[in-house]
Amino acid sequence: MSDAATDALAAIQRQIQWNRLIAVVEEQAQIMIRTAFSTTVREAGDLSAGIFDLKGRMLAQAVTGTPGHVNSMMESVGHFLAKFPAQTMKPGDHYITNDPWLGTGHLHDLTVVTPAFRNGAIVGLFANTAHVIDVGGLGMGPEGRSVFEEGLYIPIVKCFDQGCANETFFDILRAGTRTPAELEGDVYSLCACNDAGARRLVEMMDEFAMDSLDDLAESIFEASSRATLAEIAKLPRGDYSAQISSDGYEAPVTLRARMTIAGDHIAVDYAGTSGLSGRGINVPAAYTRAYACFGIKCVVAPDVPNNWASLLPFRMQIPEGCILNAPRPFAVSVRHVVGQLLPDLMMGCLHQAVPKRVTAEGSSCLWNPPLRGGAQVSGGEAELPDFEVITFNSGGTGARPTQDGLDGTAFPSGVRTMPVEATENVAPVIFWKKELRPGSGGAGRTRGGLGQVMEIGAKNDAEFAVNAIFDRVATPPRGREGGGDGAPGWVGLTDGTLLRTKGYQVIPKGKRLRLLLPGGGGMGASSERDPALVARDIADGLV
Amino acid sequence: MAAKGVARARLAADIGGTFTDLALECPDEQGGLQRWTAKVLTTPAAPEKGVLEGIRVVLSKAGMAPADISIFIHGTTLATNALIERKGARTALLTTEGFRDVLALGNESRYDQYDLNITLPQPLVPRRWRLPVPERLDNEGKVLLPLDEGAVRQAVAMMRAEGIESLAIGFLHAFMNPVHERRAAEIVREDWPELPVSLSSEVSPEMREWERFSTTAANAYVQPLMASYLHRLKAGLTEAGFACPLYLMLSGGGLTTLETAARFPIRLVESGPAGGAIFSAFVARQKGWGRVLSFDMGGTTAKVCLIDDHAPQTARTFEVARIGRFKKGSGMPLRIPVIEMVEIGAGGGSIASVDALGRIQVGPESAGADPGPACYGRGGAKPAVTDANLLLGRYDPASFAGGSMSLHPDASRGAMDSSLGTLGLAPEMAALGVVEVVDENMANAARVHAIESGKGYDGRAVIAFGGGGPVHGYRVAEKIGVTRLLVPSGAGVGSAIGFLRAPVGYEVVRSLYQRFRSFDREAVNALLAEMSAEARRVVAEGAFGAPMLERRIAYMRYVGQGHEIAVELPVKALEATDVDAIRNAYDVAYAGFYDRPVPGSDVEILSFAVTVATEVEAPPPVAEVSAAPPPSLIRHQPVRDTAKGEVSDWPVYDRDGFSPGAEVTGPCIVAEAETSTLVGPGWTCQMDGLGYLELTR
Repeated sequence: MSDAATDALAAIQRQIQWNRLIAVVEEQAQIMIRTAFSTTVREAGDLSAGIFDLKGRMLAQAVTGTPGHVNSMMESVGHFLAKFPAQTMKPGDHYITNDPWLGTGHLHDLTVVTPAFRNGAIVGLFANTAHVIDVGGLGMGPEGRSVFEEGLYIPIVKCFDQGCANETFFDILRAGTRTPAELEGDVYSLCACNDAGARRLVEMMDEFAMDSLDDLAESIFEASSRATLAEIAKLPRGDYSAQISSDGYEAPVTLRARMTIAGDHIAVDYAGTSGLSGRGINVPAAYTRAYACFGIKCVVAPDVPNNWASLLPFRMQIPEGCILNAPRPFAVSVRHVVGQLLPDLMMGCLHQAVPKRVTAEGSSCLWNPPLRGGAQVSGGEAELPDFEVITFNSGGTGARPTQDGLDGTAFPSGVRTMPVEATENVAPVIFWKKELRPGSGGAGRTRGGLGQVMEIGAKNDAEFAVNAIFDRVATPPRGREGGGDGAPGWVGLTDGTLLRTKGYQVIPKGKRLRLLLPGGGGMGASSERDPALVARDIADGLV
Repeated sequence: MAAKGVARARLAADIGGTFTDLALECPDEQGGLQRWTAKVLTTPAAPEKGVLEGIRVVLSKAGMAPADISIFIHGTTLATNALIERKGARTALLTTEGFRDVLALGNESRYDQYDLNITLPQPLVPRRWRLPVPERLDNEGKVLLPLDEGAVRQAVAMMRAEGIESLAIGFLHAFMNPVHERRAAEIVREDWPELPVSLSSEVSPEMREWERFSTTAANAYVQPLMASYLHRLKAGLTEAGFACPLYLMLSGGGLTTLETAARFPIRLVESGPAGGAIFSAFVARQKGWGRVLSFDMGGTTAKVCLIDDHAPQTARTFEVARIGRFKKGSGMPLRIPVIEMVEIGAGGGSIASVDALGRIQVGPESAGADPGPACYGRGGAKPAVTDANLLLGRYDPASFAGGSMSLHPDASRGAMDSSLGTLGLAPEMAALGVVEVVDENMANAARVHAIESGKGYDGRAVIAFGGGGPVHGYRVAEKIGVTRLLVPSGAGVGSAIGFLRAPVGYEVVRSLYQRFRSFDREAVNALLAEMSAEARRVVAEGAFGAPMLERRIAYMRYVGQGHEIAVELPVKALEATDVDAIRNAYDVAYAGFYDRPVPGSDVEILSFAVTVATEVEAPPPVAEVSAAPPPSLIRHQPVRDTAKGEVSDWPVYDRDGFSPGAEVTGPCIVAEAETSTLVGPGWTCQMDGLGYLELTR
């Protein structure tokens, strides 16, 4: 063959290898879903999986997963390598942490890193992150005043040493949680899925006679960087500013961003953002970068796969001591409440640059009521057995330029909800209502997605508790270009009693919890709305 | 010719989107089986017309009369098409108050994380016709709130006013206790006896309200259409002189009677592809192969199905009418017994392009039959997989499709240049890239599908059919590490032949939660006995005394896990020792899939399945073959190998010139009228005693 044909074949093969890597990490994620114990992973899909080179640079990430883990997990592998250099790793080793500052931002996320070996030499690393159901402490909620109250804290340690379980680690793990079998099972699951990824990687390297991933890595990074930069270059250069508010815990929180679109990068400065909270709504910087990059990427370069190079042009300057760059040991358990507003904040900036490519603000933060009952709420007189359960629920997304927002759909989070029948089967709770909330979508040429109405009681209307983590109650999702705001959320009892939007509260016997989930903001003037869509919404009782 | 007076021939018809395929088989005097096939155009407005025309054609080929036919088996995509095209009945849903929007909310997620402009599938029943009534059961089926019968009567009046044509009833936890659904149906029938009613507790009695209501609504949506079609077909057959029984192919791989099909037409969805999988399973059984991957590549899509122990893999959920480039999550969930397949947009007509990263993308957009790939010369300007195969030298432009069509390589080259020119590759190398990418896509889909199913793909044999299967099979096999590939004969009407191999069967699935540490044997035995009786009743209608086989399955997992593994149960009342054995079987099965069993966890059962089916006749043993002379060479053809990129002269043989035992070594091509089998470098191809081509490496 001619040199040109040889080069062409090599280029085609690198593309095939890239596709294969994406399939390998997808396989890794699917094994995690099939084997995980926590509903958050197996039902809701709150996870991520990826492959890294020996410098800790991410080559590929599974399509399955949620954005909050995107480049927070990506940064994490570097921390593992700093403590355990690649040359010290052995086949059968697995390393783990849930350190919010070395992982993905709260103690409920476990990150496991596993080296892959071929012919005795380390060739790459597999990492994954999963949100587990319990790590002890106060439980998932905003009440902690420091990370030490929020649960078991696992520094980067070996959980398997050359294939042998680290029994001391597993003893401590089991002792530190309300759900020992599930948590231990989840760690096994995370290790098994990394092992599977490593096996497939080695098969691929054998098939293509690759001694290392270096050449492939360079070609992936080069193509991804080029494509991302090409998309950035199409944007109007300039400085764009926006702000957004969260209800906060003790006081409202304002997030501010100044986005500079330069020829070869996008920089975001968060100067002016509110300071730290005394409770668990603070956001570690890695999680801020994760959701901010996700928001930018959805608008600017949605088709470029996630890897080290495709995220490199997005630079974040996050002042120390602001709520988006919380230092240890500030409480961070429910950092998603604030963090999930970041895509809306990014789109607020980008709207000034590319108005036809962004959405109005949405409900954004998931409305996940952690419910608890039994003796831990009611003491010795408890009517119900002890239970702890969480369900994932979403309000409306913001209106799109040419389509309505999505009703009751998660954004930016990528998680799924659980069936009510399944939830009622694992805990003594009754959902009396869970349906769309008419009139909650912001009006506009395209309207915001609708929120939901939920009414929840315990069996026999016994006493139970909610550890509230809700937002967008004081400050509704805003419309754009003259579109109306979405309806704000509401938290209380079915008898009209108002509850706090954050924190642990008991629902007395005979009462039920009532949640009104926010609707998304509208886009454009409602006078421009297609009359046929108005008629449809009226016939369907939605407005 | 069949012996006069004795009806011994079996007839099958598969209605596809474009063609209706017929297959007719009759035992011959030597104890073998004679087969005739026919293909006629599908007649979408009145599909029974195409079927009756096809029957006429195939009977005349065979020289038979309707009285010679002992059984007629039928499968159709009619229900699927009605769901995709939204051409079903005006359907209402009566549901638990407070849960009016279960169909709209789905799982509250987006099937594409990064696309801000995705469209979600709209429910089959619009909100105005989703009618809430006060009632509520708890998770054990106990009544928390009695059914408000007045509200049901009001709903009936509203449905009449709205011109509703079919009703679904779906209440929370009705799979545990159907009392409210049944009472509501009674009230509806009192007021409006003609209205077809589908109950979630009958259509899909399993946990998870979204899937159950979606399935029930879909059943109601297609029910009037399907019942009317089936009765017209039956009348047409009777008029044509057929007295034989009519069976319908189910998506789960069994056959059922017209009456059951008309009640639960949702179980007919995807019966055509199911026929293809049964065809593969039969071939696997003929060969005695335990672990097979069935690979069916057509013009628009490729379908992959895992076949273990001669049975296609089955599942209990399926997604129909995907709207987002075949993306998972962009369709409607159906919870019915199905033969599980992964379908991806990879076929001969799939179009190639270059994305923003300079990567070749293939499909899911397809050039279809018209204009078709550029090389058809009918105005197609975009390069398709067929164009790429042509430029690699895999087809002879003069003798494509048995010589019925000549191809235009220049058009392929032009299309490749205009769409993939930015890559700076010669058209022949771009073609190599296109074929490698589509082969890789299919291999990746097969891998991930196996993993999602909790099964391995290593060490399987591949059975390839469809127009593209034999062309792409060897390379896909290499990519998933498979060393054995089979190209059977009759693959052009594989689904219809598959229908003839299907047992009369029915599957009943029920949820009953159990943990092993508190196993309620009495309750489980009572449920299994009831399920068995129900399935046997349905099958007995069509079995005519043939022996019935029963299988019982429990879907199990460690307490706290989310995905179940199927474990076979003995077909008898369970004793205490049986329960222990089942628990142990779970650990073994789990470790087999995931290496590490989980210490100390209890195991739970979510649901049970009972399948009753008539026994399928064992195929006759395959004749041993002895070495035969190689077939005569037609010509040599320069072909570019996609693994190494090199061009060499590949010999071309005629499949008709092969005799059993003859062997050729790759690289070479074995041509036949409808397709070509590529034998890659390093592969050997031998014709076996069945006339199938078996490739090994």
